[in-house]
Formats: sequence, structure tokens, C-alpha cells
Amino acid sequence: MIRLDDIAWHAAAFKLDGVAFTAPEARYSVLMGRTGCGKTSLLEIICGLRRPAAGRVWIGGRDVTDEPPGRRGIGYVPQDGALFPTMRVREQIGFALRLRRRPAEEVAARVDELAGQLGVAHLLDRRPPGLSGGERQRVALGRALAARPQVLLLDEPLSALDEETRDEMGALLKTIQFQHGVTVLHVTHNRREAAQLADALFRLDAGRVCECDARGMGDPR
Amino acid sequence: MPAAPKTLRLSPFWIGLSLVTGFYLLFIVGMLGTTASYSSPDRLLHALDSREIRYAIMLSLATCTVSALLSLLVSVPVGYLLSRGRFPGKAALDAALDIPIVLPPMVVGLCLLILFQTPFGQIVERAVPFTYTVYGVVLAQFIIGVAFAIRTMHGTFDHLSSRPEDVAMTLGCSRGQAVWLVTLPAARRGMFAAASIAWARSLGEFGPILVFAGATRMKTEVLPTSVWLELSVGNLEAAVAVSMLMVGLAMVVLIGVRLAGERV
Repeated sequence: MIRLDDIAWHAAAFKLDGVAFTAPEARYSVLMGRTGCGKTSLLEIICGLRRPAAGRVWIGGRDVTDEPPGRRGIGYVPQDGALFPTMRVREQIGFALRLRRRPAEEVAARVDELAGQLGVAHLLDRRPPGLSGGERQRVALGRALAARPQVLLLDEPLSALDEETRDEMGALLKTIQFQHGVTVLHVTHNRREAAQLADALFRLDAGRVCECDARGMGDPR
Repeated sequence: MPAAPKTLRLSPFWIGLSLVTGFYLLFIVGMLGTTASYSSPDRLLHALDSREIRYAIMLSLATCTVSALLSLLVSVPVGYLLSRGRFPGKAALDAALDIPIVLPPMVVGLCLLILFQTPFGQIVERAVPFTYTVYGVVLAQFIIGVAFAIRTMHGTFDHLSSRPEDVAMTLGCSRGQAVWLVTLPAARRGMFAAASIAWARSLGEFGPILVFAGATRMKTEVLPTSVWLELSVGNLEAAVAVSMLMVGLAMVVLIGVRLAGERV
């Protein structure tokens, strides 16, 4: 579960004020909003990469507002995947576990398991320049899931993909969420994407978040 | 249908630009070519065979390498701070770090000399004697070289997205770990370029070394000092030989930096 209590954040282009919502445990939540309305900043606040001007962030029933990003139990996939430029796919996926000094066999087994689930087993020795947009997103997803986070934060993960890859990746995201039982918060401006994926749908508008009917697509509850 | 390749249409505008570029290039090539053909290769090599010049070559290579490594050590954190840091007075700091680039070289040497005459400088001198020593040569080279290395590292970090670092932090890294494990490996070509530029600048440094470290043969004589000393006694052949050696070293650095840059 992700819960935000009265989050405030001010930037030159927009202002978040009294943002409060709860993304339900082990469900796929989608947060919609126009480009530039502060969706990414909100994700960064949940990640701990930005400190809110006011309000609290709760993850899995724990107040993590003062915790550093690495202790929040989150997996984060930014818009372009943001793969580590010099690492092979194998090293990217195993990064979080190696950081936790897990035994090499455990890291290798987890990398193989995730690479199999995400369909990137044949790419393990490649580096980012040798990957397509869809492959990059899969690797970024594997890297975020490796340490078994409680929540997965996805920032427009499908926006840079072509139509066909987007549908495939959307289906994969839904499967992964179900298999791993992870709480997902997926940020997008795309209504079709939201309709395909959302168990719970939220809309960020004029600095506030309201919950909408996931089936009615955008009608406030 | 594939797009037609873009070619420059011959117009007075482009012809004018090409002429200016051509004249400038011709001037560089002419300058180097006539210097290189001043004497025969055998006589140039013979000129380099003197004990003093061999000492100057070794001292130049050693001091430039040390000052380039020191420059890298300072330019990486400073370049990162300038690129990623958001703090009041950043623009002023950025400008202040360019001071060694814009100061006349002799003035840098004079400032160093005066600094080490102060009570603070005297305390440092008791631990490590800089004035008129090899340490002074390294310090004079470092002061200028590091300013160029900082410019290079600042640009390198500006071109690297901070996103991977952010992701590394969400995966459990501290900021320092994220920089060490993710950003620095990606910045390695920029680091090579920064060290190379600092090295090349150090190789050509003359004014500050002359004022602060002196021009004592077999002690603080580096290659530019050799050129000056040889010229001052009328030994043009030795001055040309040392100059051509420096041109060769500069070319190697230029090619190295270009090759590294193209693979970024």
C-alpha cells in the first residue's frame, strides 16, 4: 500500500497542494494527469528523491517520509528506463542484490529467474546501446524487481514504445504485478493505457489527486 | 524514399567561410612545417641527446603526469558539484574557478611566489619546499591544468543524465555509492580527456614555472624552460628539437582525446 497524506510541493511550473490518496495493496493503480502537471515529481516524492514541503508518505503501513530512498522498499522505473550506461543487462538486474552483498549464486539465480519472466534471457551480456526501447524497459523492470520491493513505481513506462511493443509490455506489466503480488503505481497521460491496466485509477489535476472509476475512465467517483 | 544527402551549395557565404578556415589551417601547417624542416632529423635527434635536455624531458613527463593526476583528483568532485549542485553563489563559484585560465601566466607565478612568502606559506614550505623546487614545478602546472580539467569534467557530468544515479539510490545506494558505481564508470572518457588536457597544458606551462620554480638546469628545467634557455644562448637547433618533441607529444594527446571523445 502507498498512502500520501497532504503532500505539498512547489515548483516553478506547477504546485502540488494537499495531495492525498491511497494506492491499494497488491493492486495495479494508475495515476493519470496531463504532461507537466507534476506526476513525475509526485513519484520522486514517494521514492524519496525529493522532499515534500509538507505531508507524509506511507509505504506498507510505515511512515517513510524521513527514510532515504534505498530503505523505502521501492522499485522505480523512470520514463526512459535510465539503465546504467556501462553495465551489462546481467549486472543491471543483479545490481540491488550485489549491493546487499547477497551470495553470487543467489544473485545469478534471481537474474536468471527475472530474465526468463521478462523475456530478456538472450540479452544478458548486452549493454544499453545494444537494446531496443522495449528491451530497455524490460531490463529496467527486472532491475527494479530484483530486491523484491513492496511497491513498484512506473513513470510513463510505455510512452516511448511503438504500438505493438506497448501492448505486449502492458500485458507483461499486468502479469508481473500479479505474479509478484507487488503494489504498482503507474503514472501516465494515456487513457488507453490506463483502461488496459488500472485496478484503481487516480487523476492528478490542478495540484490535487482524486480517485476515478477505473471502468468509467475518468469519471470521478 | 530516402532523403537526398545534404550538400553545401556553393555561395559567396560558404566560400567566404571556407577561405577563412583554409587560411587559418594553412598558417598552422606552414608554421609547424617550416619549424620541422629547419634542420635535418639526425641533427635534431643529436641536439636532444644532451644530458640537460634528457633531464628536462624526464622531468617534464614526470611532473606533467603528477599534475594531471592531481588535477583529475580535484576536477572530478568540483566538476560534479558544479554540474549537479544547486546552491546560492554557484555562478560566482563557477566564474571564480576560471580565474587561473584568464590570469596572465606570469602573474600566476608571481602570486604563488608571494603566497609562499607569507607566514602561512612559510609553514607549508617547512613541510614541503615549493619555491624553486620540483614540487613548485608541479604546483605551477597543477594550478592552471586543474582549471581546464574542471571545465571538462563539468561538461562531462552535464552530459550524463542524473536519472541512473537516482535509480541506483532507490535500489539502496547512498549518493556517494551511486556516483562511484554508476556515474564515474560512465564518465571515464571525460576523465581521460580531463587528465589529457591537464597534462598537455602542464607540458606547455612556462611563465609560472619560470617565476615560481626557476630555470635551474638539472633541477627545475622542464621542456619549455629548455626552449627558452637554448634560445637565450643562441642554440636555435636545440630549441627547435625540443619544440618539435613538444609538438609531437601535443599531437599524441590531441589524437588520444579525439579518439576517446568519438567513442563517448
